[in-house]
Amino acid sequence: MTQVIYDGTYEGWLTAVFEIYEYKLHDVVFSKKELSGGLLFSNKHLVTTDESKAKRVLDGLKKHLSKEGFQSVYCAFLSELEQIEEILFQFVKYVFSSPVNVEQDYGNTIILDVRKASNLTTKESHRMKAFVRFKLTKDDLYYAIVEPDCDVLPLIERHFKRRYADQRWLIYDAKRKYGVYYDLENTSTVQLQFDSHLNSSKFLAEIFDEDEEFFQNLWRRYFSSVNIESRKNMKLHVQHMPKRYWKNLIEKIPDIKK
Amino acid sequence: MVNERVMEKLAILADAAKYDVSCASGQSKRENKNKGIGDSSGYGICHAYTEDGRCVSLLKILLTNHCIFDCAYCVSRKSNDVKRAAFTVQEVVDLTIGFYRRNYIEGLFLSSGIFDNPDYTMERLVRIAKKLRLEENFNGYIHLKAIPGASDELLKQAGMYADRLSVNVEMPTEQSLKLLAPDKNHIDVIKPMEYLKNEIIGYKEEKKLNYKTPLFAPAGQSTQMVIGATKENDMEILGMANYFYEKMNMRRVYYSGYVPISYDHRLPAIGTPVPMIRENRLYQADWLIRFYGFNVNEIVGFDQPNLDLDIDPKLGWALRNLHQFPVDVNTADLELIKRIPGIGFLSAKKIVAARNFKKLQAQDLQKLGIAYSRAKYFLAFATPFQLQKDFTSNQIKDHILNTQKSKYKNDFSNQLALF
Repeated sequence: MTQVIYDGTYEGWLTAVFEIYEYKLHDVVFSKKELSGGLLFSNKHLVTTDESKAKRVLDGLKKHLSKEGFQSVYCAFLSELEQIEEILFQFVKYVFSSPVNVEQDYGNTIILDVRKASNLTTKESHRMKAFVRFKLTKDDLYYAIVEPDCDVLPLIERHFKRRYADQRWLIYDAKRKYGVYYDLENTSTVQLQFDSHLNSSKFLAEIFDEDEEFFQNLWRRYFSSVNIESRKNMKLHVQHMPKRYWKNLIEKIPDIKK
Repeated sequence: MVNERVMEKLAILADAAKYDVSCASGQSKRENKNKGIGDSSGYGICHAYTEDGRCVSLLKILLTNHCIFDCAYCVSRKSNDVKRAAFTVQEVVDLTIGFYRRNYIEGLFLSSGIFDNPDYTMERLVRIAKKLRLEENFNGYIHLKAIPGASDELLKQAGMYADRLSVNVEMPTEQSLKLLAPDKNHIDVIKPMEYLKNEIIGYKEEKKLNYKTPLFAPAGQSTQMVIGATKENDMEILGMANYFYEKMNMRRVYYSGYVPISYDHRLPAIGTPVPMIRENRLYQADWLIRFYGFNVNEIVGFDQPNLDLDIDPKLGWALRNLHQFPVDVNTADLELIKRIPGIGFLSAKKIVAARNFKKLQAQDLQKLGIAYSRAKYFLAFATPFQLQKDFTSNQIKDHILNTQKSKYKNDFSNQLALF
């Protein structure tokens, strides 16, 4: 068994795939850093991310897959599901070994697994387009905190850039400790440390625009006014808005002053 | 803007607008231009869901709930003793922009009670849309109500700024409308629909020839019927819907189960349950007509004017047409596979793609995510087909109802327990 250690990025994983072929490695297990129980593995292979190697794998995939199939590999990778690297590697092997495009071979478990992982990511990226709640600060920055299961910021960046072309905004992934910032021209990835316990009213008054709290309350009021009590259906409500997202949704957080 | 009165108005005017069920915010083609705010060229997004499980996509409000009409089914009717309020044009603009910038909504759904006269009301609605587009450079979604009786000129202006327009037919038949809304005229509802249909088609044709032609209601028009308030059967309701789809180019017909809000003797009493199952079955039938290639008279007919409540309309159709089954998924046309109960639109497509790689067996279908426990009675595989053929429609129905957990199961067992 060979432990293939890469840096956790998509390019890194693609480089690893290239090198598995290059060095004819067998029985590989991917890992993002060297595992302590190193004795389990007879071999270790350390991958240094290499753009040209990554590109060659991508070019190969492009040739064998449709545009959607190609994108689904990236989306499946972003799902961060357990063992997704190994599953994707099986997928790549199957894709490269076949003369025809196999992405619609839904009778095959590997194809279905990748599709499922990719769907999980795209579904959550759609959700994040919905669940981002911007708050306006005194220096005219709209910022939002999210904590998605999958690493979806790279997928939603364009949507927000197009939609909010005339406002500065920052969406911060508190789970992965990075954010995307738009400066009215371009978007860029930023690393920063956020204190996550900033929901105090004192803090609100200090950094937020003076109308911010009023708009949050308006939104809460609107949200409760449009509900039809005689049709109440909490099961459906929770199915559409799973509880794990509630802590960043203004309408699900009671007004702090009350 | 920041004051308690705006807060109160929002509560009153959102509450009054919530019985309009349309929440669509997709299908438009309006892109962000000149670094403005907003974009509605993609699919719609539901930003939140209320506790009743309905999507919140738009800021859905009335401009005012003052109304000169006295429609029995409407919460804002003249004779109803409720708090009244009215927004100013600027307040609606500020709310829309403030909510949109915070990513709470996809846009605005603006309707109104009729004050003074239809043109006066419509002119206000148009003015708000115009201000959003021209002064705020807003490219989010705008859905405006076309007020019945408003002039063609105002409707035309509305179409220039809105993404979608809608006129609610309210009742499935003319008689019911006359009974419950004596001030409203069936023809006043149909006339603007026809006008909008022709304008939408006209602009679309022109756009093909000249790309500079402005957008005119790019997301088309829709309408809504209240169901369960009057005695119409499902055949009449779906017949009416079909008429709207075929003759008026409607994008959507919405069915709104009547929520009792009045002691009026012409209506179901307060406390009567909202006909949610029936509403659900009507939507399912609507989907079959629009996406599954069903004809309305395959789903309801004079021998069966109402949809089954205990099973969905596709299963109902299949049980009445057992002679069309079993279907061999390895050879049948896509259109026929879509008609198998338990196999949806997407699964049918997947099946047709996957069978190019190998002959599909039962276990392959199960992994694909179809509702196999329902579909199995209607499927044939390459292997000899035995068992299922001998079942009668009633037996299959019983089997399915006994093995599956319906979300409505409680409703039916409650009804039985009464006897």
